[in-house]
Amino acid sequence: MFAYYFDLALRSFKRNRALTALMVFAIALGIGASMTTLTVFRVLSGDPIPQKSNKLFYVQMDPASMGGYKPGEDPEQQMARYDSEALLREARGDRQAMMTRGSVAVEPERAGLDPMQVDSRFTTADFFPMFELPLLYGSGWSKTDDDSRARVAVITRELNDKAFGGGNSVGKSIQVDEHAMRIVGVLDTWQPKPTFYDVTGDHFGEAEQIYMPFLTSRALDMQTSGNMNCWDDPVEAKDDPEGNLGVNAACAWLQYWVELDTPAKVADYRRYLVNYSDQQRAAGRFQRPTNVALSDVMTWLDKNQTVPNDVRLQLWLSIGFLLVCLLNTVGLLLAKFLRRSGEIGVRRALGASRQAIFAQCLVEAGTIGLAGGLLGLALAALGLWAVRQQPAAYAPLATLDGTMLVATFVLAIVSSLLAGLLPAWRACQVAPAIQLKSQ
Amino acid sequence: MDIRPIFSTLLRHKTASALIVLEIALSCAIVCNAVFLIATRLERMDRPTGLAANEIVSIEMTGIGKNDNPDALVQQDLAALRAIPGVKAATRTNQIPFNNESWNSSINLVKDQRDPTVNASVYMGDTSFLDAFGLKLVEGRNFSVDEVLAWGALDKPGANPSFPSTIVTRALAQKLFPGESALGKRIYSWGNDPTRIVGIVDTLIRPNDQEGPASSQYSFILPVSAAPGPYVLRTDVARRDEVLKAGIAALEGVNSRRILMRQQTFTDVIDKYYRQDRAMAWLLVSVIVALLVVTALGIVGLASFWVQQRTKQIGVRRALGATRGQILRYFQTENFLLATIGIVLGMLFAYAINQLLMGLYELPRLPLYYLPIGAVMLWLLGQIAVFGPARRAAAVPPAVATRSA
Repeated sequence: MFAYYFDLALRSFKRNRALTALMVFAIALGIGASMTTLTVFRVLSGDPIPQKSNKLFYVQMDPASMGGYKPGEDPEQQMARYDSEALLREARGDRQAMMTRGSVAVEPERAGLDPMQVDSRFTTADFFPMFELPLLYGSGWSKTDDDSRARVAVITRELNDKAFGGGNSVGKSIQVDEHAMRIVGVLDTWQPKPTFYDVTGDHFGEAEQIYMPFLTSRALDMQTSGNMNCWDDPVEAKDDPEGNLGVNAACAWLQYWVELDTPAKVADYRRYLVNYSDQQRAAGRFQRPTNVALSDVMTWLDKNQTVPNDVRLQLWLSIGFLLVCLLNTVGLLLAKFLRRSGEIGVRRALGASRQAIFAQCLVEAGTIGLAGGLLGLALAALGLWAVRQQPAAYAPLATLDGTMLVATFVLAIVSSLLAGLLPAWRACQVAPAIQLKSQ
Repeated sequence: MDIRPIFSTLLRHKTASALIVLEIALSCAIVCNAVFLIATRLERMDRPTGLAANEIVSIEMTGIGKNDNPDALVQQDLAALRAIPGVKAATRTNQIPFNNESWNSSINLVKDQRDPTVNASVYMGDTSFLDAFGLKLVEGRNFSVDEVLAWGALDKPGANPSFPSTIVTRALAQKLFPGESALGKRIYSWGNDPTRIVGIVDTLIRPNDQEGPASSQYSFILPVSAAPGPYVLRTDVARRDEVLKAGIAALEGVNSRRILMRQQTFTDVIDKYYRQDRAMAWLLVSVIVALLVVTALGIVGLASFWVQQRTKQIGVRRALGATRGQILRYFQTENFLLATIGIVLGMLFAYAINQLLMGLYELPRLPLYYLPIGAVMLWLLGQIAVFGPARRAAAVPPAVATRSA
């Protein structure tokens, strides 16, 4: 029966080519636009570390002074150095790391290469196992290296290729800000999108090229970058040669991540943070009421709205557009089916049931959807190509994968079937007697 | 022309009429909002920066390792840059607008105030700053040489800088001292000592939009030389590339142990900053066009169907003496009626969508004058779309009435 209806549908298309083309075109446009924006949205709102995103938590507390305090607001976005170092020392999580972005001058020893300024990350030992960074050679550094301010570095494959022409460079040394650093590890490609561990920069930018122990970076006075929020200057920090980057500076500029493997540990850790914050207030360091937050990766990304507003807006826009296209299809299908009232009357008179007419109409609608989906897929590919030409940092990520390919057809067929429901129902209501009489 | 028969015909085609009305309504709502969004983007891109945008180039260098006397190096650099033919003014500042960096500070009117009066962006520069940026001084004076502090002294541990003077934007002056002249008034920002406002510039935009559109012109300038940041050179429009090249060569000549980070004309900086807005505006334009095309095609399709369905009635009317013009106008009026209902409904939808967007994306309220824009667009569209089918209807010969179906 299905094959027969399909054949009828094709015949009907041939009879009315312009109208059919119009419907296919409208559906294709709507599907193409929606799939383009949906793909972009899906890529951008994806989980950057799916295997353990629910076990990694971003820590926040509220060390700022009372100036500008409003109850109910989120705690300070980043952590002060004093608190980061204290939490790291007490090490209550399964793993933990503090970190900041920086910028250093690297001078490769290879002849003919100019010195270059590269982004770096100053962090602590657990960073590598906690975020599961893939290592091509060697390993990360140890906690002892952290504490002894060891001059060690982990570099990316890209920097390794550039500076050493690839190969196992573990043990070699690299000049960073005029200091020799020993390479302990070379990373394989690692490019989480978004760069969830630090949301203060470009969310979809490149990961840093060189990683060094945090305290080493401070000992060598390397330049940090990213956001810094300072409140008042406590007296004891006045003579700190490190200024705003000192342990006691009243500035928040570090990211602190902790790995907690079970829900019980999460609850414990939250209690621990509350305790810590209470103690700091009792000691006079904190002034604001205790306000701590522990957010897993996806919550943290959501809080920071890493999906650009323009992308959300585009998604809404394309859904609205698809809706108009579908309304259009409903109208045209109605016209098409009712134009065949006479034919339907004859079929009904010859014994076809209402269900049969209904099914026949839906098959026709679904076939249009299939054709619309095919064309829509081409349009989506075109749309994504256009997105990739955009200046945004996320642009190169906009590609169609298998899931979205299937989703395109499902969306096209489902929406065209939905669009076909009303016209098909109206068509099967055709009273055969009247139609036959007017013939 | 009597519209009663048109109404009664439409009532006999309720579903199809409702569909076309709904389609027009949705299109109208989306078009109104899209046009409004485009206008917001254009308005944003059109904001004055206060700078002589076409005449400015900037160069950023970073040294390798620590320099013992960075202040002296900057002075040497500036001397070399000012000697380049074609350079009208040169300064070193901490930030230029739209360049991915932003320095901000809260401003108090009273010492040790708990909640700051306002948050504003801090620019730092020497006596050449106003000239190099091309800012328009509307009140007061420029910094004097003895007011300028060197960055090296401010950056020292335990430094408690005391700035004798600052220059603020007109918008910031009005925010701080509404209804009175800000000139000569004292503010507290950096350090414990008050700073006197000695000059007011017309406009100087903040480096980015993080603090929202209302405070986009809240900036002030502190007299600091050799702040970490770019060199800013002002030259003739035509000589920008030449000056950039000569500037880099001059800086390399002063000290070669450094890396060139960025060299750009300010128009390129602006261009890059608004690229996303421009892309979005074009996207919205294409959505509007696609929507209108789809809606028009929908109207054509349905109108053609109605014309075909009513061929016999048209024949009868023609046989009874109706002119071609009357048939044509019948279909045009019918479309006008449908479009009108759709537009009225569409305006309600437009407002609802705007409310939703206001809540989600902090967009402003849709001004009322956008509604007629959408209305006129869809009326025109409807008339254009229905013209073809209506002409075909008018061409139906009266003889059709005499034939059986």
